[in-house]
Amino acid sequence: MSEHTTYQPTNGVEKWLDDRLPVVRFAKEHLMDFPTPKNLNYWWTFGAILAVMLVVQIVTGIVLAMHYSPHVSLAFDSVEHIRRDVNGGRIIQGVHAVGASMFFAAVYIHIGRNLYFGSYKAPREILYIIGVLIFVLMMATAFMGYVLPWGQMSFWAATVITNIFSAIPVLGDPVLQLLRGGFSVDNATLNRFFSLHYLLPFVIAALVALHIWALHVPGNNNPIGVEVKSSRDTVSFHPYYTMKDLFAIVVFFIPFAWFVFFAPDILGHPDNYVMANSQVTPAHIVPEWYFLPFYAILRAIDFNILFIDSKLGGVIFFGGSIVVLFFLPWLDRSPVRSGSFRPMFKWFYWIFIANFVLLAYLGAAPAEGIYVILAKISTAYYFAYFLIILPLLSRIETPLPLPVSISDSVLGKAHS
Amino acid sequence: MNIKKSIIAAALLALSMAVPAAAQEGGHATPEIQKRTWTFSGIFGTYDEHQLQRGFQVFREVCAGCHSARLLAFRNLAEPGGPGFSEAQVKALAAEYTIADPSAENGERPGVAADRWPSPFASEQEARDANGGSLPPDLSVMAKARGTTQPFPWWILNYFTAYQEGGPDYIHALLNGYHEPPEGVEIPEGKYYNEYFPGHAIGMAPPLADGSVTYEEGENGSVPQTLEQYSTDVSAFLMWMADPHMASRKETGFRVIMFLLLFAGLMWATKNRLWRGVEH
Amino acid sequence: MTVANQADLAKHETTEGTRRDFLYVATGAVGAVAVAGIAWPLINQLNPDASTLALATIEYDVSAVEEGQTVTIKWRGLPVFVRHRTAAEIEEARAVPLGDLKDPETDEQRTREGHEQWLIMVANCTHLGCVPTGEAGDFDGWFCPCHGSHYDTAGRIRKGPAPKNLVVPPYEFVSDALVQIG
Repeated sequence: MSEHTTYQPTNGVEKWLDDRLPVVRFAKEHLMDFPTPKNLNYWWTFGAILAVMLVVQIVTGIVLAMHYSPHVSLAFDSVEHIRRDVNGGRIIQGVHAVGASMFFAAVYIHIGRNLYFGSYKAPREILYIIGVLIFVLMMATAFMGYVLPWGQMSFWAATVITNIFSAIPVLGDPVLQLLRGGFSVDNATLNRFFSLHYLLPFVIAALVALHIWALHVPGNNNPIGVEVKSSRDTVSFHPYYTMKDLFAIVVFFIPFAWFVFFAPDILGHPDNYVMANSQVTPAHIVPEWYFLPFYAILRAIDFNILFIDSKLGGVIFFGGSIVVLFFLPWLDRSPVRSGSFRPMFKWFYWIFIANFVLLAYLGAAPAEGIYVILAKISTAYYFAYFLIILPLLSRIETPLPLPVSISDSVLGKAHS
Repeated sequence: MNIKKSIIAAALLALSMAVPAAAQEGGHATPEIQKRTWTFSGIFGTYDEHQLQRGFQVFREVCAGCHSARLLAFRNLAEPGGPGFSEAQVKALAAEYTIADPSAENGERPGVAADRWPSPFASEQEARDANGGSLPPDLSVMAKARGTTQPFPWWILNYFTAYQEGGPDYIHALLNGYHEPPEGVEIPEGKYYNEYFPGHAIGMAPPLADGSVTYEEGENGSVPQTLEQYSTDVSAFLMWMADPHMASRKETGFRVIMFLLLFAGLMWATKNRLWRGVEH
Repeated sequence: MTVANQADLAKHETTEGTRRDFLYVATGAVGAVAVAGIAWPLINQLNPDASTLALATIEYDVSAVEEGQTVTIKWRGLPVFVRHRTAAEIEEARAVPLGDLKDPETDEQRTREGHEQWLIMVANCTHLGCVPTGEAGDFDGWFCPCHGSHYDTAGRIRKGPAPKNLVVPPYEFVSDALVQIG
């Protein structure tokens, strides 16, 4: 890490601390003086928004854990107890439940930004990979968290998703029993999900620290994808981006508050207000909206591929849809980072986004009629984008000419 | 930017044209349930105290005979934002009910305000035996455990109107949905045809009819004593039972959003002021 | 340090100075309100919830308690003695000179007018919390077996390590037979 700060301790106490544990120096270097490209647009505020959402979820989660009981006969009623009797419980629980959705909305926008502006490209591959790991852990955390209220959707989502592991050849059933702690999803499963749901956010927090460290080595990417050349290209993180990020966070809180106070159950499913019943399956088992695209991919493989049966095939594509993200820096080899200068890429990118939204829609639709073929086409495009289109584009695309530097591009805009 | 917009617009148009056939299943389509206007609809909605009192009367005299409401405490009936009973009324009401309590003499005692609504049956099996094998579900959160669905793209509007009344809409439709089965539809013995119940064969006999409940004269006496009125009132009561803090939640929400708008405005000005000297 | 260049800063310093400061102060104040508004519910949720508060006050029908009998009931999670004292016990309690008491309190202070036969006390020894045994000890009251505290017929500490008399909770008789505690 290069020295960007001219920090001098101002008094004896500060110097004493700085000699032993330079936390103030560290904060100044990385959170205040850090040179940040001056042309970042609002898509870049979602990193800070995500950090705030992680804190919100951890704080509300710890508070909820003070009142929640993770036993199958008590869980559902303990959540209702929080909503009805605990001071402010209705709001704290609402913030946590809606917060999960807001967290995923922000992460999808953040990932969308990365994909468009090439933030995953060298030298930021590790930064990006840590990000994908955070995304995977977020999905695991959210999945286990949804089981905790022990409603019908909680129980059946747990049943369906843990069943995925039975698709593993040979070891499938023993692994399934190991994960569930029994022959079916029951108290043992609920308790371990509670323990892990409490644990994983702190693992995510550690990864976030690594994520920011990995970011601060090369510094931020920017909308034109041209690296910082001199101090004319940057401003200090504080106060320019601290205040811009804070503004974005406040604006982000407005739809968040809308949901929490006016429509707290609209993102959920009414069936989760029915207590879990292992003898009765709900008419439509639907995951939360943020899992829908991957759920659609899982269901799209309803045919056998050679010796792989459709169930295992679905699981492979489901896992593959995440694994392929890890390889993106090596699939897209274009030397140009930003989509702004890649006219062919832009088309395919926006089709990818529309396709991802379509996959989400298909994940909630019944697996019949036109939806079946649509799901297959959408899944095909999802994989084709990463495995065929991006590698090809790297070779055949002619990018637009890049500006010489950030400050040149910014001046150009100011005078045009 | 134009490329992006035209692709998204095309995708949305295509989606809306492929009107989902999801609502039509097999031969008998469950008709779409109309959205009703409730006093508690929308961001400024609140419960009507008198409606909740009438609804409670219907619940107590009709529903509570078979349905439990284990999350309702007697004291909730005196809390603000609800039916508005006084502490004394709640105490007297609770004392009318017998609560199982192992530490009491004979294992039971009269209720107090802190107690929860007692179940009409001692066990699940007893409930099934008394109801032809069906278990009458607990009603505590029934108004949130049911909902209505609108086809795409109309459900998008719900996010902007903050539509959360799908439960009462469904319950009202169900209570008014008992009819003679249409031609060729066979309903098994012990079940009843209901237009809105999934599968159309419901184990509950029509619980309400005109004149079932006598509303007392006074402020509550000026409403018609019809099935339509009873079903509306009890649906509102069930919504309150499922969401007793709704009124204060919406009120706080209004203040929070106004505050956030103010704060966002100030942050916008602050950010712009800070960035004024910088080309960006 | 990379900031806006010096010329720009100088321009800002002059007339716009006070307006800029007012904006920052206003924003900071609103931000502080936001922090307080978020912090308070997170702290207040630690306070007893509505279901606990509902049991903060209980009513007990004393008509079943015979003279000379002590009943132990539960109030706020604590054991509470309800004793129907005999006339002899009341007399004995009133005859004790205040100077003899480690924690001086008259019998009248520990009972309600018109209901002097009723002695209602939290059944935790004021030493370290054990439940004393009734009709035991050297003073015809209670004896705590844990460390040997003796209480008299008004529940006052007479001998042993306990510092205070057995605690009398707030209570009142809403009728002759019904006492409201808490």
